[in-house]
Amino acid sequence: MTAFGKLIRTTAFRLTLAYLLLFAFFAASLLGYFAWNTRRLITEQITSTVNAEISEISEIYGRRGLRGLVFTIENRALRPGSNLYLVTTPTGQAIAGNVGSLAPGVMATNGWSETVYRRLDDQDELDHRALVRVTELSNGFRLLIGRDLDERRRLFGIVAKAAQWSVLVVVVLGLGGGVFVARRVLRRIDAMTGTTQRIMAGDLSGRLPIGRSGDELDRLAENLNAMLERIEALMAGLKEVSDNIAHDLKTPLTRLRNRAEEALAKSRSESEYRAALERTIEESDGLIRTFNALLMIARAESGQARGDMDDFDAAEVANGIHELYEPLAEEDGMSLRVKTQPSPIHGNRELISQALANLVENAIKHGKPAPAQPGGTVISMDGRQIVIEARQEGDRVLLSVTDHGPGIPEADRQHVMERFVRLEASRTLPGSGLGLSLASAVATLHGGELRLGDARPGLVATLVLPALTGTGDRLATQTQDVPQKVA
Amino acid sequence: MTAPDRQMRLLIIEDDRESADYLAKAFREVGHVADLAGDGEEGLALAESGDYDVLVVDRMLPKRDGLSLIGVLREKDNRTPVLILSALGQVDDRIKGLRAGGDDYLPKPYSFAELLARVEVLSRRRGGPAEETVYRVGDLELDRLSHRVARGKDELTLQPREFRLLEYLMKHAGQVVTRTMLLENVWDYHFDPQTNVIDVHISRLRSKIDKGFDRPLLHTIRGAGYMIRDGIR
Repeated sequence: MTAFGKLIRTTAFRLTLAYLLLFAFFAASLLGYFAWNTRRLITEQITSTVNAEISEISEIYGRRGLRGLVFTIENRALRPGSNLYLVTTPTGQAIAGNVGSLAPGVMATNGWSETVYRRLDDQDELDHRALVRVTELSNGFRLLIGRDLDERRRLFGIVAKAAQWSVLVVVVLGLGGGVFVARRVLRRIDAMTGTTQRIMAGDLSGRLPIGRSGDELDRLAENLNAMLERIEALMAGLKEVSDNIAHDLKTPLTRLRNRAEEALAKSRSESEYRAALERTIEESDGLIRTFNALLMIARAESGQARGDMDDFDAAEVANGIHELYEPLAEEDGMSLRVKTQPSPIHGNRELISQALANLVENAIKHGKPAPAQPGGTVISMDGRQIVIEARQEGDRVLLSVTDHGPGIPEADRQHVMERFVRLEASRTLPGSGLGLSLASAVATLHGGELRLGDARPGLVATLVLPALTGTGDRLATQTQDVPQKVA
Repeated sequence: MTAPDRQMRLLIIEDDRESADYLAKAFREVGHVADLAGDGEEGLALAESGDYDVLVVDRMLPKRDGLSLIGVLREKDNRTPVLILSALGQVDDRIKGLRAGGDDYLPKPYSFAELLARVEVLSRRRGGPAEETVYRVGDLELDRLSHRVARGKDELTLQPREFRLLEYLMKHAGQVVTRTMLLENVWDYHFDPQTNVIDVHISRLRSKIDKGFDRPLLHTIRGAGYMIRDGIR
C-alpha cells in the first residue's frame, strides 16, 4: 500500500472527510439562504417604489391630462439615475420616456414582468435587465415604469463569490487538518505495528511506546503492555517447567530403562523376571506421580485453578488431613495432633488439602528427632509429636504443620521450595522433591505464601492464606460449637 | 486373574489403536466381551445399538469428542454407565467429565487393574439390586441405618471413618476396590498421596474385623487393591 493510500484509509482521515462535506454543505446553505433573502428584499423595495410612482403619475395624468403626463415623464426620464419610463399610444407608439427597446410583448400585458431592455441614450450595445410594471391609463394609453436590476445582480454576485471562497477555504483547511491528524495517528500506529511485529517475531521483551498525552492510544498501549507482561511471565514459567520436566524426568526414565535392560540380560527364572517387572511398574508409577505433581504445580502457578474456588473453613481441611494421616503417623512412631479455630477462606479446597497433606507427609518423613546422643537428653514423647494447626490471625488464615525433627537451616529455607530440591540429609528417603514446591505454588495461587520457620527444635511450615472477609461470620457460626478443638 | 463372577459386555471408544487393542485383549483375558470403536461417531452408533454394561470412552476422539458423545447418549435417555479416560487429569477436568454425564473418570496413564476394578464397580451399579440397609459378607454384618457392625456374635466398635471404609468395601463385596477408589469415595480426595496412607487405614480395619477369626474376609489383591469376600479366591 502506498503511503498516500494508507493515509486516506485512516479513520482520522475518513472522519475529516465526512465532517468536511458536512461543513461545506452547511456553509453553502447558509450563504444561499442569505442570498435568497437579499434578493427578495431588493425586489420588495423595487416593487414598492414603482407602485408609489405609478399611482403618483396616474394621478398627474388624471389631473393634467396627456400633456402633463408627457411633461412629467420627459422630465423624470432625463434625471440621472436608473429609472425606466415609457408611455405609448393605444396603437403602441412610444410618445415619451427613455426606453429604446424591450422584449416583445412586455408593453401589451399589464402587471409585473422582468425584461431585457436598452435605453435611448445607451452608448454600449449591451442588454440590461429590469423589473417593470405596465398599467393601462384611460383612452388606451399605456405607462411603463421600471427599475434596473444591475444592483441586485451585483449583490448576488458578491454573495456567490463569498460562498465560493468560504467553501474553498473550508475544503483546503479541512483536508490539510485531516492529513495532519491522520499522519500523526498513522505515525504512532506505525510505531506500534513495528513493535508488535518485533514481538511477534519472538522478542517478548519489546514494549509499545507510550506518549505523554494519556489519550486513547496511550491507554491502549498501556493495556497491551500489561498483557505482554503477563504473557512473558507465563512463557517464562512454561519454559522453566518444560526445562525441569525434561531434565528431571530423564533421570528416572534412564533408571527405568537400565533396570529393564538388566532384567533382560541377567534374569534366569520366572520369579526374577517377575520381580524386575514389578520394580519397573513401581518406578513408572513414581514417574507418573512426579509428572502429575509437576503439572499441578504448573497449573497452580499459571492461575488456571482460580476457576473452581469456593468459601470453606480451613479448619475442616486440617481435621480431614489429620484424620487421613493420623494412623500413618502412629505406625511410624509419631503422634499427629490437630488444633483448629474457625478459619474461613476462599479457595480451591482440593489444592489446599493436597498442600497440607504434603506438609504432613514431609513432617512424618523428615520430622523424627535426631537420635539421642550419648549423654544427651532422652527424647520425650513431645519430640515425636506433629501438630497441624488452623487459625485466623487478622486478615490471614494460617495452616501450619509443626514437627520437632532436625528442621531446615535458615539458609536453605528458600531453596527447598524450588522444584526437585532435596536436602542432602533426606536423599536416602523416598520422595520427589516436589512437595514443598506444590505447597508454595498453591499458597501463591491464593495470594498467600508458604513460610518455613524454626520450631526450636524442628520445622514449622505455614501456609499463609488471605482470610475470607465479609461472609466470615457465617462460617464462624457454623463451627462455633467446637471453638478450640484439640484432638 | 480368574474368570469373573459375571461376564460384562464392554465398548471401548478409543482412537489410539494400540491402547484400544491392549485394553480389549486385557478385558477378554479376564473373561469379558469387549468391542472397539475408533472414533466418536462410530462409538455413538455402537453405543446406541448394542446392549453394553459399561462404556469406556476416551475424552479426546476424532469426529466427535467423548463428552459430546456422552451428552447425546444421556439426551436419548441411554443410561449405560460411562467411564471417561483422559489425558487431562486435573480436578476441574474430572468435574467437567462427571457433569457431562460420565459416571467415573480415570486420568491417563492408568493401570489396567485400576480400570478393571472401576469398570466392574460401574457394571454392578447398573445391574445391582436396590440399596440394602444391611450388608452381609460371611458372618460380618453392617447395618447402615443403626451403624451397627457385628462379626458372628461379637459386636465391633468402629470409628466413623472406619465404618465408612467398611461400608464402601462391603457395598462392593466380591469386587476389587483400589486405593484411589477408596481415597475418592471414602475421603473425597482426588489427589495422589505419596505414601501408603490407605494401607494403614485398611490394616487398622482389618485388625478389628478379622483379628481372632479363622476366616479372613478382607483380602489384599496384589498390584490392584482390596476386596472383601467370604472365602479365599
